[in-house]
Amino acid sequence: MSIAWLMRIPNWLLIPAWFGVLSFPFTGAKTAIVISGGILGAGILWRFLERTIALSRGKKFSLFEQIKTIPSTAYLYLSLSVALLLPFITSPYVVDTASLAGIYIILSLGLNIVVGYTGLLNLGFAAFYAIGAYSYALLNTTLALGFWESLPISMAISAVAGFLLGIPALRLRGDYLAIVTLGFGEITRIVLNNWVSVTNGPNGIAGIQRPSIIGIEFKGVTDYYYLVLFFVLFTIFLINRVINSKAGRAWMSIRDDEIAASTIGIDTFLYKLYAFTFGALWAGLAGQLFAAKMRFVSPESFTFLESVLILSMVILGGQGSIGGSIIGAIILVVLPEILREFEQYRMVFLGAGLIFMMIFRPQGLIISRHNKP
Amino acid sequence: MFLQQFIQGLTLGYVYALIALGYTMVYGILQLINFAHGEIYMLGAYMTVISFGFLTGAGLTKTHILLSIILSMLLSIIFVSACGVTVERVAYRPLRNAPRLSPLISAIGVSIFLQNFVMLTQGATYKVFPPVFSNTGFTIGSAKVTPVQITIIIVSSVVMIFLHFFISRTKTGKAMRAVAQDRIMASLVGIDTDRIIAITFIIGSALAAIAGFMVTLYYSLINYYMGYIAGIKAFTAAVLGGIGSIPGAMVGGILLGLIEGLAAGYISSEYKDAYAFVVLIIILLIRPTGLFKRPMEEKV
Repeated sequence: MSIAWLMRIPNWLLIPAWFGVLSFPFTGAKTAIVISGGILGAGILWRFLERTIALSRGKKFSLFEQIKTIPSTAYLYLSLSVALLLPFITSPYVVDTASLAGIYIILSLGLNIVVGYTGLLNLGFAAFYAIGAYSYALLNTTLALGFWESLPISMAISAVAGFLLGIPALRLRGDYLAIVTLGFGEITRIVLNNWVSVTNGPNGIAGIQRPSIIGIEFKGVTDYYYLVLFFVLFTIFLINRVINSKAGRAWMSIRDDEIAASTIGIDTFLYKLYAFTFGALWAGLAGQLFAAKMRFVSPESFTFLESVLILSMVILGGQGSIGGSIIGAIILVVLPEILREFEQYRMVFLGAGLIFMMIFRPQGLIISRHNKP
Repeated sequence: MFLQQFIQGLTLGYVYALIALGYTMVYGILQLINFAHGEIYMLGAYMTVISFGFLTGAGLTKTHILLSIILSMLLSIIFVSACGVTVERVAYRPLRNAPRLSPLISAIGVSIFLQNFVMLTQGATYKVFPPVFSNTGFTIGSAKVTPVQITIIIVSSVVMIFLHFFISRTKTGKAMRAVAQDRIMASLVGIDTDRIIAITFIIGSALAAIAGFMVTLYYSLINYYMGYIAGIKAFTAAVLGGIGSIPGAMVGGILLGLIEGLAAGYISSEYKDAYAFVVLIIILLIRPTGLFKRPMEEKV
């Protein structure tokens, strides 16, 4: 193997050429050249920026180091101002997107308890979301229970599902647990798809009632937006209380070092189970809100990609940070809406974004104050 | 019916075993579930179709059909190995010393990226591989065996025997075993661990490419999301055999194929994809070390 001559090609030329070669069979020559040209251009731009800043400052400058050290308050103010400005651009479409973002905020807050605070990777979170949504759909269409009566029931069913999965699964560690939760998520979806007599299979359940208070129905998108907003604030308030309680401290100590946590007398299994159940509870709430919003549920909405999407929100925003989960959810719901014409590239960017975040900013946009290195 | 399901399960089992070897080798060395491995297998299938199409365009398939099939397999292996080693360099190597879940999340990112990249560039519809083998075959008892099934079983067996000798007899294989045992110690005795890890990814990807090639021959239809389910099943196979153990992956793959084939025939084929998950969960809960036990200790 004589590849020594390859080593002599400078990296800035080799890397774009290599990715061009790799994408050539799939994209054809034209797009492959565009891709390698794009990478080359991005690299040159990157270098150029570093050079100019280094020249103006009179010392060496690395953009990567810069990305790693941008203070998280900068993101916080940026995102907060965007969030505050949002209601002023009042179009039903924006409000509708905002309610969807609200549902995802609840989901990512719930998952953040499990992943961010307790350090357990859950790859099947969409299963609990699905269980919440189907619980309401079934309670409403077969037993004719209203929104408020079914709410505690579907949240409880989700939580019980989390509890029951947690008992056997939480004896496993790290990535094994991740795979078991993934399996649970897939099994849930396959069962929803095939148990036609109850779930109506791939056709889903339609005709779910809208929520109402004292006979007044939440009809328009704005009404529904306020309902979601109420639940988002409720979730943030409650989760914030729990995070700062004894249980929250126990979760974080388990995340930081499980063995050390058990030596100071924390029943790690019990607290992990608590985190799992508590996280699933919020997925149940989000599921019910989703079912009430769409008035229709089908297994298609609860695939593995949905779990990954929620996980991406937690990671993008910052594990172990409430503000992070909120911002992560908003970004990943709103960004695809803004970049509608690039919709087909959405998942490609999501995948690349996950890799990028892990390498350059694993702590997420918002660094939790509990979580400083 | 038993024999028919058995043969079908066995054929798929060999394919799972080939993919599972990639999982188990990477896990043995990096303790990383290479979530993108299923996608590497999918790339192998696509490259087979693409390079076969290229050879058809060059007019080789008309005159030398067997040669062009072998050529498309080789092209697929080379290309997919390059992809595999690139994935390692880009997404895993920078995370060598990161917390354990970081590379797993990065691997999920790779998986989603590759899947959607292929969907964007090759379209969301099925790709068709022209049926080159005759479908007649011969019968054993009441069961029909096709030439493709025989090919799969023979090729996989040969590849596995080669792999076994490579790991146990060559210097590189020895270095791989050393890195799997203890990465830091291996680097102290002068093994270039980054190089060994890259080689592991090349071999694992090549095996996945062969699996992708054979599945393409077998089903003649491929799609961009085929890697996800196959990847999970192969991972199950690796866990079933005891993750990190190479003979375990071979036995686990074949066993899982048989379980799936027979369960699909006798219980219900609607839940075909759920059996692997059920097996996976049961194994992880009852005997997480798998059939071929490799002691796991908890390091403080």
